[in-house]
Amino acid sequence: MQDDVKRLIIDYIKKEYLDEDSDQEVTETTKLISGGIVDSFSMVSLKMYLEKKFQIKIPDEKATPEAFDSVNNIVTLLREFVHS
Amino acid sequence: MENMGSYEDRYRSFTWGMAVRELEYGKGGMYNIGYYCCDRICERGMGEKVALLWEGFTGDMRKYTFNDLRILSNRFANVLIEQGLTSGDRVCLFMDRIPELYFAFVGILKMGGIVQPLFSAFGEEALAMRLSDASTRAILTTPKHLGKVRRIRPNLPDLELVIVLDARGKSLGKGEVALSIDDVTGRDTFDVVPAAPDMPSVLHYTSGTTGKPKGALHVHSSVIAQYMTTKWVLDVTTEDIYWCTADPGWVTGTSYGIIGPWSCGITQVVLDAGFSARHWYAFIEKYRVTVWYSAPTAIRLLMKEGMEPVNHFDLSSLRHLASVGEPLNAEAVLWSEKAFGRPFHDTFWQTETGSIVITNFPGMKIKPGSMGKPFPGMEATVVHPKTFQPLEKPGSVGLIALKPGWPSMFRAYWNNLETFERKFKNGWYICGDRSSIDNDGYYWFVGRDDDVINTAGHLVGPFEIESALLEHPSVAESAAIGKPDPINMEVVKAFVALKPGFRSSDDLTMDLMNFIRRKLSPLAMPQEIEYVESLPKTRSGKIMRRLLRAREWGEEIGDTSTLEND
Repeated sequence: MQDDVKRLIIDYIKKEYLDEDSDQEVTETTKLISGGIVDSFSMVSLKMYLEKKFQIKIPDEKATPEAFDSVNNIVTLLREFVHS
Repeated sequence: MENMGSYEDRYRSFTWGMAVRELEYGKGGMYNIGYYCCDRICERGMGEKVALLWEGFTGDMRKYTFNDLRILSNRFANVLIEQGLTSGDRVCLFMDRIPELYFAFVGILKMGGIVQPLFSAFGEEALAMRLSDASTRAILTTPKHLGKVRRIRPNLPDLELVIVLDARGKSLGKGEVALSIDDVTGRDTFDVVPAAPDMPSVLHYTSGTTGKPKGALHVHSSVIAQYMTTKWVLDVTTEDIYWCTADPGWVTGTSYGIIGPWSCGITQVVLDAGFSARHWYAFIEKYRVTVWYSAPTAIRLLMKEGMEPVNHFDLSSLRHLASVGEPLNAEAVLWSEKAFGRPFHDTFWQTETGSIVITNFPGMKIKPGSMGKPFPGMEATVVHPKTFQPLEKPGSVGLIALKPGWPSMFRAYWNNLETFERKFKNGWYICGDRSSIDNDGYYWFVGRDDDVINTAGHLVGPFEIESALLEHPSVAESAAIGKPDPINMEVVKAFVALKPGFRSSDDLTMDLMNFIRRKLSPLAMPQEIEYVESLPKTRSGKIMRRLLRAREWGEEIGDTSTLEND
């Protein structure tokens, strides 16, 4: 289940935030915000995608650059709100 | 003791001629900014002083002295000449904050070219618009951004040359040249083009309410004001470690991220990484940063993270803090006093002014929330919005106006004389911002006088967003405004009327947001989309953004006599 979620997020990030010609690797530990792949503005659309995909609401105060800085961090954040 | 000493004394006695003499500007017939950023520093015996300490997001570090800067910029100048570029050519820099960007900037100036820095997060349409307008002849980029350049190039007949830095064996096409500046040999010397004070140097694009972005053209003598303001406002000394967090795709990143500090012979640090409070504090601690020039949005993001990360790091090296891009709210000033033991000093200026014009000076009493006072040598006031006469009564709200003649004033909008001339009224340059002046001569920002959206300190034109939205198959009409935001001051909100057959949904909202982000930039991406049946228009069919904005900000709607369906 967790691996599926990570794969889903990685695929979305590669599709939406990397150039179509990019050969950049994205793994669960790749720095997304501090690494310049997703900026603080684009984080809004990523947050919206996660909220829709997992039918949750992430409060703005939880949506910090730190919380979105890697796929692992995002999964940790999601665990607070997704109840399986 | 601050570099400036007494503000009142300086304001009374300072003339730009004093800055010219101090910088020895024009000595030996040399006016080129590139020379003042490194060759002059080396001639003064500081060649081995560190000019740049750079760190990438993975933690890799590089260090360059002023002599390295001189040599590497000479190499760029030589390579550009060998590639057939000549004085006056527009040469675009489109890359992340890698060291080569800084050396290329100086190198282009040295060979007489006009540097056109563009923010590397720009989407294809935003990039194409600016390159097309400037008839840019060459672009320097990296493999990461090459795809965007390749896709727009067929529509840019003037773009003859694409120089790809660190191409790492990537196969290149016609008109594309690989360049690894470290491997260039035998080209370490260069006869710097002497230039002239009014010779064009840097072309920065900025957004307006209507039409395409405008290219604000600067000249070599801007260095006089950038040097003096760096010294007096940012208060740097040769012992300082200076950090300007701005990207050189924007004017702060060149005026105060390249020209100002280096013409003062200052060591600067650059962090090529996205925002992270812990990463930023660790960076300050590691390099013992003393002077920090940042932006209100970043400060508010740091505030959001609270005191825990502040207390985790040793930030005692900081001695002077300044901020630019949008008004600095009083809470942020007070918080920085609590967090860092000193306040952020708000500075006001624009792409067009080229250097700081109204500011809180070190040593001067700060009134939290105020923009401060005019820089010595600047004649500033607020004028009536219709008559453009100065408003004498303290507290009156008017348009900020500057008397033309300061050295870093822009000299033209590229290919747009009409708009340039409209910026000058009754002998004043009109900034487009509203302000009042209190009894003590402090300026207080009130707001913009147009529909331009100031998000995180960057101006975004509503027209660009609206035009791009219309290219989406679902959109019949649209309007973009700035809505209040606690971190970014404003963020983009779009009102969209859909074509028949389309229905609003979360999927469509996400699609529209990402559509704009890819086409223009993340800054231009609407953070909220509201679907409407139709948009309020004047009887002549012009969308009344003012009405939408007033509703969003809870302000008086004002005169609606021209509203179509009133």
